[in-house]
Formats: sequence, C-alpha cells, structure tokens
Amino acid sequence: MPDRLRPLAILIVLAGMLAAPYLGLAVHWQSLLYVIFFWITLATSWNLLSGYSGYFSFGHGAFFGMGMYGVATFTTKLGLSFFVSLPLAGLCATLLALGIGAVVFRLRKIRGETFALITLAVTFVLATLIVNTPIDGGPGVYLMGVDLPTLGPAPASTFYYLGLGLVIISVGAAWWLFHARAGLGLLAIHDDEDAAEVNGVPTFWLKMGAFALSSFLAGVMGGVHAMYVSYVTVGETFNITVPLTVVLMSVLGGSRHWAGPMIGGILITLLMNAFTAGGNAIVGKIVIGLVLTTAVLVMPLGILGTWQARQRRRAALTRQSDAHAKTAELQIQHEALPARPGDPTGTTDPAAAPGAVAAPGDTRLPDLLRPKLPRLIDAPLLRVRGLSKQFAGIRALDNVDLDVHRGEILGLLGPNGSGKSTFINVVTGHYLPTAGSVQLNAVECAGLPAHRIRQRGVSRTYQIPRPFHGLTVMQNVSLAAQFGSGRLKAARAGDEARRWLEFSGLGDKGDLLPDELNLHQRKFLELARALAASPEVLLLDEVLSGLTPPEISVAVQTMRLIRERGTTIVFVEHVMSAVMALSDRLVVLNEGRVIAEGLPAEVMRSDIVVRAYLGDEGKVA
Amino acid sequence: MPSANLILQALASGVFLGALYGLIGLGLGLGWGLLRQINLAHFAWVFLSAYSTYELKTRLGVDPLVCLLLLVPLFGLLGTCMQALLARFAITPFNSLLATFGMTVSVESILQLIWSADFRRMNSHYDELKFRLGGVVVTASEAITVLLAVLSAFAVWWMLYRTDAGKAIRASAEDAPMATAFGINASRLSLLLAGACAALAACAGVCVALTFTLAPSQIYAWVGVVFAVVMMGRLASAWAPLLAGLLIGVSESMTMALTAPTWAPLVSFTLLIAILLFRKSDA
Repeated sequence: MPDRLRPLAILIVLAGMLAAPYLGLAVHWQSLLYVIFFWITLATSWNLLSGYSGYFSFGHGAFFGMGMYGVATFTTKLGLSFFVSLPLAGLCATLLALGIGAVVFRLRKIRGETFALITLAVTFVLATLIVNTPIDGGPGVYLMGVDLPTLGPAPASTFYYLGLGLVIISVGAAWWLFHARAGLGLLAIHDDEDAAEVNGVPTFWLKMGAFALSSFLAGVMGGVHAMYVSYVTVGETFNITVPLTVVLMSVLGGSRHWAGPMIGGILITLLMNAFTAGGNAIVGKIVIGLVLTTAVLVMPLGILGTWQARQRRRAALTRQSDAHAKTAELQIQHEALPARPGDPTGTTDPAAAPGAVAAPGDTRLPDLLRPKLPRLIDAPLLRVRGLSKQFAGIRALDNVDLDVHRGEILGLLGPNGSGKSTFINVVTGHYLPTAGSVQLNAVECAGLPAHRIRQRGVSRTYQIPRPFHGLTVMQNVSLAAQFGSGRLKAARAGDEARRWLEFSGLGDKGDLLPDELNLHQRKFLELARALAASPEVLLLDEVLSGLTPPEISVAVQTMRLIRERGTTIVFVEHVMSAVMALSDRLVVLNEGRVIAEGLPAEVMRSDIVVRAYLGDEGKVA
Repeated sequence: MPSANLILQALASGVFLGALYGLIGLGLGLGWGLLRQINLAHFAWVFLSAYSTYELKTRLGVDPLVCLLLLVPLFGLLGTCMQALLARFAITPFNSLLATFGMTVSVESILQLIWSADFRRMNSHYDELKFRLGGVVVTASEAITVLLAVLSAFAVWWMLYRTDAGKAIRASAEDAPMATAFGINASRLSLLLAGACAALAACAGVCVALTFTLAPSQIYAWVGVVFAVVMMGRLASAWAPLLAGLLIGVSESMTMALTAPTWAPLVSFTLLIAILLFRKSDA
C-alpha cells in the first residue's frame, strides 16, 4: 500500500468500527470484539515496557487487578461515578508501578528472570493484602448496582466502545513510542543496558516512563473489565493467567514490534473462542497448548519478528546481486595491488579507508564537532583530581590526578590490571568513584549518571565492541546522535549518522545488523557511535587490539583526523608503535596510581615505567 | 497467643510443606541453572505423576511407594524425550518458559479430560499410619515426603559433585564451548539431566498425591511459591532449594497458625522480594 494511502485506510477501518453497532452488528459479535480489544490492550500495554526494553514483567496481573479493585472500591465504597473512578484506578496502578520501578530499576542485578519474579511476587503480595483487608475481605465485590451510562445503541455496546477506545489509545501509544527517540532507547536497553546508558540513553527514566504508561493502560482496562464481569474476586484477578497470556500474545506476535501484541492477541483470542464456541473447550485447550509450544519453538522471534527478518534477508540478497556486478571489476583491480602492511596513508584498502572519504579540508565536515564552549584559558578540558575507585578489597584507582588539555592526544598506558579501563569506566560514569573529582570544562561530573556525562561531551568506545545487536548499524549510530550532546531529532540524527558511517568506512553497511560485520568493522562502528554524539573528549579503549597492521594504520589516520576536527582524544593502547606515533603526551598507570607523565620519548625511557612493565630484571636488560 | 503445642505442630507441617516445595524446586532449579530452561512443564509432570499414582492406587490398589519405583524411570524417559525435542531448537530461557507453558496447558487439559475438574483425594494407609514425635503428630505420608526430599537432594548433590558426569554437566553449564573442546558430549549430558529432572518431578508427584487434594487447575497454584524457592537458593544447587523450601514452608505455616491462612503468601513473597533486592549480585 502506498504510504500516503495508509492514514486513509486506517481512518476508514476506524470509522467502520465506530459505526458498526449502529449498523446492526450483532450483540454477541460486539462481545467477542470486546474480548479481543481487552486482550490487545493488555498485551500491547505490557509490550510498552517489557517487549521493547526486554524487562519481562510477570506483574501485569497486579496492575490489571489494581484497576479492577480500584474501580470496584471507588464505585461501591466511595460512591464515585464510573467515569471518575476509571482514571483514578489507572493512576493507582501507575503509582504501584512507579513504586516498584523506583526500587527495582536502580539495581543493576535486577534484570531478566529476577525482574519477572519480583513483579510476580508483588502480584501475590498485593492479592494477599486485598483479600485480607476491607477492599475485598474474602467474598469478592459485586458491581451490579453501579450505574454505567450506555454508550451506543445497546447496553452491550458500552463495553464495545470502551474497549475500542482503549485499543486505539494503547496501540497508538505503542506506535508512537516505537517510532520515537524514547522507543529507540528502550530497544537499546533490551540489547545492552550498560552500553545504552553510556551512549546517552537515560535508562532509568525511560524504564520508569514506559512502566508508568504500561501500568496505567492495564489499570484502566482492568477497571472496564471489572464492570464487564460485574463480580470481582481475588482468585480470578491475581492469578498467573493474565501475565502469562499477555506474554504469550506478545511473543507470538513479535514483541519487538508495536503491532506484534495486537496480532498475537487477535490470533489467540480467536483460537480460544473457536473452541469454547464449538463446545470442545477441553480438546481446544489441548490444541492451543500445542500450537503455542510449536509457535514459540519454530518462530522464536514471533510472527512479525520472523517477517521482519525475512524482509531484511530479501533486501540483503537484492543488494548483494546489485553490488555484485559493480564490485566484480573493482575486485580485479584491487587484487592486483597487494596490501602493503604499515602503509602510513592507509589507502591500500579503499573500502576501509576513512581518509579517502573525508579529507581534512572536506567541506562536508560535521560542524557539530567544533568545540561549542568558549576556550577557558589555562583550565584543562578534563581535570581529574584524587580519583579513587575501591572494589571490595581492591583499589583499582588510587588518588589519580590527571589533566587532559583541549586538542591533545593523550596516551594512557599501563600493564594489564593497572586501572586503565576502570579509569574510563569511572570518568564516563559507569562506576561511581569512591572519592575524587572529575571536571569537564570546570564543571563537576563525578557522580552524575553516565548518560548525563555523555551528553556533556564525553564519549567512549569499548575494547570489545558492544553494539546493539537488534538495531541496524545505521540505527546504532543514529541513536548515539539522538541521545548525544546535540540531542538531535531523528531526521538530523540520520544525516549525522550517515556522515559518521561514511567517515568510518561503513557507508554502505547501514542496513546491516552489527553481527554481520567483522571485528574491524565493529570497532569502527564503536567509533562512529562515539563520534556521532559530537563529543569534546573521546576515550578509546584499545581500539587497535585485534586489528591487522594495515587496519591499524588506517585507524591511526582516522584518529589524527578526529583530532584535527577538534575532538580531544584519550586512548588506552598496547600497540606501542601507534602510541608513539600518535600521542602528544603519555600517562602511565600502575596498580591504580599514576607513575609517570610527560612526553612519549621521555616517559618510555624512565626507569619506573620500564620496571612496571618488565619487573626489576628489565632495568638490567 | 496459641499454645506451644500448636506452634510445634505448625512447625512440623511447615517442615513437611517446605520439604515438598524443595523437592519440586530441586528439579526445576537444576533445569533452570544447568540447561538454561525455565521448565514450566515440570509442574505438569508433577501432577501427571500425582494423578498416575492416584489412579494406580485407587483402581489397582498399587502401593504409592511401588508407584514411585514405576513412575521414576518412566518419567525419566519422558524428560529425555522432551529434551531431545527441545534441543533441536535454539531456545532462549524466556522462550523455554513459554513453550513449556503451552505443554502445561495441554497436560492440564488432558488431566481434566481423563479425571474431570473435580477435586480428588487419594486414600492410602500411609495417612492412617501416624506417630507422635514429642507432642507432634506426624503421618507416614508426611514423613515419606520429608525423607524423599532429603534423599533426592543428597542424590543430586552426589551426582553433581561426586561423579564424572556431574562434573562434566557443571563444566558445560559454565562454559559450553570450552567443555566441548575438552571432549564433553554436552548434548548427551543434557538428555541425562533432563531425564533426572523429570524423574524428580515424578518423585514429587507421588508425594503430592500422598498428601494433597488433586485438581488439574491446582498445577498453577504451585508455580509462584516454587519459583520463589528456586530463586531464593542458588540455581542448580542440590541443597539450596530444600533449605529455601523449609524457610518458606515454615514461615507460611507459622503465619497460618498465628494469623489467618489467607495471610500466608504475604510472608513468603515478601521474603522473596527482600532476598532478591538485598542479595549480592552474582551475575
């Protein structure tokens, strides 16, 4: 369908659904549709947090039940009208979710199965509290006497319209989130939460926001359902059915897509209905169980996930056959020229030569790279004082003082375990420092969450690349730009990302998934991602390790280019030829302490450094 | 304040309940930790075994302990077959939960088809066989449950820590490619392990039949608390599920004795939340 016709088609479908009860849609169809709406809303709302960010909650029954009992209490005990009670019940569910989130989302250890279990436990605790207090007290709550204004031509249409309204809101919310910056951030959290935070994604608040929205919609749906069943009991509300069913629907449909839960919800509800209507409920359940098992085994990505993967494969195939003709002739020329290891210009491999694409004088220079803040005379760009980091018993950093000046390339050396990586982790906010201060442009950064430090202009790369596996190469870099110091809008971030992919020699790889790149390319993806945030300081953690000599010379060129564009570089490296060629200054760490600092040639000759690397015998040799 | 005797009695029933939690959790935790599968079907096997025991006893008069000898190898085979099927698919822990949930729904429905949704209680002479233990009355059924739970935990510990197969299983759970490089046949071991888990489920099922009223829908009543038991201990441990089960079982039955039975879940699940929040991260 052409893109511009799509809104029209959606409008027609919606208008048809709105008009259906007036056009004589039979009451039992309206009821069936209500049940479908019910499950779509629950599954889609669950997916907002759990599907996108991978925090699989088993507590959806708690929010749903909060909504049910909220409406039951507000209407029967407090005498509020239904339409006042409904949003209030939703708010109760939201407050519960925010309460859980405020505790749980701060802890790095509560991920995956632990999160699922904690949310399930909260459900049972809530159920126990409700059944033992006057909210329920044991026998359940009857809602027969609650006045419900009729919407539409018949009393049954009321639920049809309420359900339809909630489906539109929740699927709309899912669609919006999926295409928004926040949604991209949630998908990144799914793939690698620490890397997401370091790339500027405010992980805590994104999770809180998604959880709040998710629980609100579930609560409101529960409130409507309380009226629909008109008799609320703890046993029927807070059991494992709701959480498991919504998980199943989302996974079957595809939980990394906004429409996945909708498709899964429709299919499973229809399947269940087909058997109960046919009078073979038990045989039906056996079949449903087997269908689910088979579906999950055969399509672990869900229907939409499998479809997306197939689309991508097909696109890749056509791209390949297109490119094949072109590369065939290039290949022949290329093979005639043997690679010269150590070639300083690094032009032997055109595909991987960033210098070939973006020469220093290039007019397409990303202007965001130029320092935005006024140069502060005498103040170093990054000023580290007394920085210490203690891990149970080990002092990984011990009172480190270090200045990084604007525009320099600082080499950070030291034997394995000397604290180099910890230094990067503390400066970028992954670890909280035990003591000390880190100032960027004379503003204190120590103790800030990693994403805030990133947004102030400190980027890093990982020694072992940590791309977001579920996002394309393009999305990986675009995400960094959207959450970087520029906080760019999606369109501009896309342009920016394309520029940096070109710069890193990955210009034609944007549509691939990171797993389809080789190590060298993934390292450059790390670099592109770090640069797309338009950093003032770039911390490179062993960006050269594992690369071949020609690849190293390309990388060295690239680093020079980055500096020429105004970004200050601190790099941790073991490849000494590159260190000596690049560094303006060296700092050597050993056992968490700075043991030497100065010009490269001087530092490398100093006794204390030789001893740190080679032991006392080294001095003799 | 209830009498001291009542508290002792509550303690005893807590120990027995906890032992059963531990026994069910043992098989579940082994599969979770070593096979990376969250096998919800474990609960289905427990109930399938319980219903089989019920049927054999009520229809044919087979002694439940004889059923045990019969069912344990049978379920071991069942577990092995299931693993042979699952191993064909690369499956994440979470998807294993969903796939086995589907199986559980099917098994539940099959149970309902054969034995109806009514509650059923197996009568055996082990219920009448009671003895006093310092003022506390214990039935033979309960004693058998506790005994089987301890024996199973010991057997698992021995298998994991004292046999070559157990060491190989632990090695390949820790680092599968490395273990394979050392010549460990991981897929054959996982068949063995899955068989052992299902055999443990069969054992637990006999205990459930001995001491509980059966209904197909009751399968799900055990899920929450046994998950709590499994997570509270370390995964893939032999003794931790039993200890965690005892902790939860005793705290539940104490709550029941001191307040009302309906308050029981509060203690166990609050305990679980607290432990998850405050334990050291092991990841």
